[in-house]
Amino acid sequence: MGEKAKGFFVTGDPLIYGADVSIIITLLGILVFLTYFKKWGWLWREWLTTVDHKKIGIMYLVSSLLMLFRGGVDALLMRMQLAMPNTHFLQSQHYNEIFTTHGTIMILFMAMPFMFALFNIVIPLQIGARDVAYPFLNAMSFWLFFFGALLFNLSFVIGGSPDAGWLSYPPLSELAGSPGPGQNFYIWGIQISGIGSLATGINFLVTILKMRAPGMKLMQMPLFTWSVLSSCITIIFAFPVLTVTLALLFVDRFFGAHIFTATGGGNPMMYVNLIWMWGHPEVYIVVLPAFGIYSEIVSTFSKKKIFGYKSMVFSMMIISVLGYFTWVHHFFTMGAGADVNTFFAITTMAIGIPTGVKIFNWLFTMFRGRISMTQPMLWTLAFIPCFLVGGATGVMLAAAPADYQYHNSYFLIAHFHQTLIGGVVFGYLAGLYYWWPKMFGFKLNDRIGKWAFWTWNIGFYVCFMPQYALGFMGMTRRVYTYGWDMGWAPYNMVSTAGAFLMGIGFVFQVWQILYSIKHGERDLTGDPWNGRTLEWSIPSPAPHYNFAHLPEVKSDDAWWDMKNHRYGAAVPNKMKEYAPIHMPKNSGIPFLMSACWFVAGFGLTFEWIGVGIAGLAGVGICLLARSFQRNTDYYIPVDEIKATESSLGRVV
Amino acid sequence: MIKPLLTVRLWKVAILAAGLLLLLSGCDRRYLIFNPSGPVAEKELHLIILSAVLCAVVVIPVLGLLIYIVYRYRDKPGNKAPYTPDWNDSKILEIVWWGVPIIIIGILGVYTAKTTYSLVKPPVEDVKPITIQVTSLDWKWLFQYPGQKIATVNYAEIPAGVPVQFHLTSDQMMNSFWVPELGGQEYTMPGMAMRLWLQADQPGTYYGSGANFTGKGFAHMKFKVVAKPQAEFNQWAKQVKKTAPALTEAKYEKLAEKGLAGKQTYSSYPEKLFTETIDRNGGKYMKPEMKHGGHDMSMMDHDNE
Repeated sequence: MGEKAKGFFVTGDPLIYGADVSIIITLLGILVFLTYFKKWGWLWREWLTTVDHKKIGIMYLVSSLLMLFRGGVDALLMRMQLAMPNTHFLQSQHYNEIFTTHGTIMILFMAMPFMFALFNIVIPLQIGARDVAYPFLNAMSFWLFFFGALLFNLSFVIGGSPDAGWLSYPPLSELAGSPGPGQNFYIWGIQISGIGSLATGINFLVTILKMRAPGMKLMQMPLFTWSVLSSCITIIFAFPVLTVTLALLFVDRFFGAHIFTATGGGNPMMYVNLIWMWGHPEVYIVVLPAFGIYSEIVSTFSKKKIFGYKSMVFSMMIISVLGYFTWVHHFFTMGAGADVNTFFAITTMAIGIPTGVKIFNWLFTMFRGRISMTQPMLWTLAFIPCFLVGGATGVMLAAAPADYQYHNSYFLIAHFHQTLIGGVVFGYLAGLYYWWPKMFGFKLNDRIGKWAFWTWNIGFYVCFMPQYALGFMGMTRRVYTYGWDMGWAPYNMVSTAGAFLMGIGFVFQVWQILYSIKHGERDLTGDPWNGRTLEWSIPSPAPHYNFAHLPEVKSDDAWWDMKNHRYGAAVPNKMKEYAPIHMPKNSGIPFLMSACWFVAGFGLTFEWIGVGIAGLAGVGICLLARSFQRNTDYYIPVDEIKATESSLGRVV
Repeated sequence: MIKPLLTVRLWKVAILAAGLLLLLSGCDRRYLIFNPSGPVAEKELHLIILSAVLCAVVVIPVLGLLIYIVYRYRDKPGNKAPYTPDWNDSKILEIVWWGVPIIIIGILGVYTAKTTYSLVKPPVEDVKPITIQVTSLDWKWLFQYPGQKIATVNYAEIPAGVPVQFHLTSDQMMNSFWVPELGGQEYTMPGMAMRLWLQADQPGTYYGSGANFTGKGFAHMKFKVVAKPQAEFNQWAKQVKKTAPALTEAKYEKLAEKGLAGKQTYSSYPEKLFTETIDRNGGKYMKPEMKHGGHDMSMMDHDNE
């Protein structure tokens, strides 16, 4: 037993022991809290079994912020190791694990769920729907993500983390390069949550196409809805590629096949191509919704219609299609030849065109508007210069022969952090500040928010601008140490200082949320920003059924139009009679089935076949159980709707 | 409202200044990319500068426009700037900002294509090139000189002013061969030989490293490329031939084990070592054109393999 436990739990590093202790204390704390306050039933009924898109959104949000913390700590550990030459803070192995988990977590377990949080919270409200098209599937998606992320994070203390980089190229990610369970954790963590992501893509595509309020034509949809639509289309085409690729990698590792190892006649270049056929669209999957968020915010806080609506829609659609034709730019240096490299260089540059157009349209939305510097707007304004420069360095990288000099250097690192933080994270944070009152019924404190904003932003430039210089100096990514001889030390030191500033920014935000829960300005109107779209026509937080009456949409900026022309929800006393509202029932199956997936994934990770089969059998039983459920919906009676509406201050 | 705006402006100025500083300090030798020491790196630098300038043509005016708009149309009482809440369309403006990027990308695209095609050819046509076979191992570099029949580990000597075609492969993990002052990188992959032209114009010592992650010892995969006048290079090769030990099969196997190594020099190597390494790593399953680095087959020098 003693010997076995030695390999099972990760040992030998004080950092890990510290983490072990804090994990155990946190778990105990949660268990004691739930038991002492008798909250187990509440947790099960209100959260674990919920199919309400708003609650699912909040759970996504909480998980993604936790993952932002974990990924951020990873980043700070790396920066500490690199602050000075020849540091012995982390060993090579530990450093390799940390950059692998940092990348994987930030993209798949932070950006994706953060995005899904905003999908869930906003989309049904924005298109005037009472839920998503498939509420049960929606809960399923969340719990698959949750358990996938849990499995991935477990590798930190049990079995050992993956260490072959966030995209795990073979041969390094094959058995010969990465023996041990770490790489299996990677495969199963992503596989399980990946099924959930694909289902979410389908769910929201159908929701947007089929569940819009009566009268809302496609070209009257808010731009955030459009951006989600384009992102979902991209998800549906890209995620199956990821699933197949990782499944093949697993076949190699588990059954000893040679799909991606050249030694048996396979081809590692196949993997590199496949993973980027998902990987490149993936960055557009996460950035498109951010573009939608900026569009909403710029228009609202300039008090002006969005400029060039058609152009905006068109450019997003081009991006989501063109996003499939650029993947080779991630490996121009793999020697595909001049024809191939030229083709992909030009498609990559071309994708900069619609992106540039969007920036002009945002600028001209502000032009002749009235710009108020609210928190969402601050993050949007910070995004524009940041993304502009990040986009420009992207075009520079797209010039294939220039890329031979940038590839895998810190220039590349600086570039993609600038687009992913400046574009995606700033966007989601802007969206978080914007829709926070709609989620929770109060605004986030302004003063602390500004501190957070400035530390984040200054920290960002201090952290990543020196990395461009480091790239020109020949520093490659994924080195855990370097010497004094290359002159890299000062820039690395500065970069580390910037990273810590960003960390402080995050701490400010946590403080801001905690502070505002108690002292935040309450939103009693449901429309705190003088909004333009339908989510602002209902109370904050939205009632369980969202809309007591489904809105009738007559134009774009539907709510703005209603307010200006005094009709619909803008004139409460002329309301029609209420009718019972048809709603889906809660279900414990998504939670249980995903837990079974977790068991299966855990078993397959350690190659404990029995456990794996037991888990998969559990999944099958859950599927069967669901197939025989007939009683899955109910009606909210009129009296209850009346009571809810009047308690929310809406006149009956 | 004025105060934060001022901060925004200062912040922009600071970024611009930092950028300029970066460009100006390019003459510093530590900025390897800005110190091209051969025609390949030079071509690549030209493209880098062209792309940076073309991007700046868009970025700088847009930054200016952003500052102007945010300042002029801020929401404060008494702001006399025009306010047109329903103005949301202008064909002319749309044509301008679809058109300008298209033109810029067009220009950059042409130059990118030209440079891409030119780099698969030897940098100069009138000098007979030499070949060096490179194998990335865990975690060291082996260089074999088929012309001189000698081999080195973790350093390479080349004649200055002579185009060098590197044949790149890997025994196991996929790496990337990069000597920034001489030119951009190319992957080393198991089971095939990729080709990369580089050339040093002047004698000197140039920094090289592995650029694609290969596990535990990756950070230590550095090497020096020493360029010497042809005569000195010949002298060196002759000296190595005379004095250095031979690289035997057994020694190679030891070298290929996971671990670090210092600089080494060998007077000979098993004749078919390079092709056998390729075949053993899967080359025997590859189509010949894949195995030998694809599209520049015409440059192949069969005698050397």
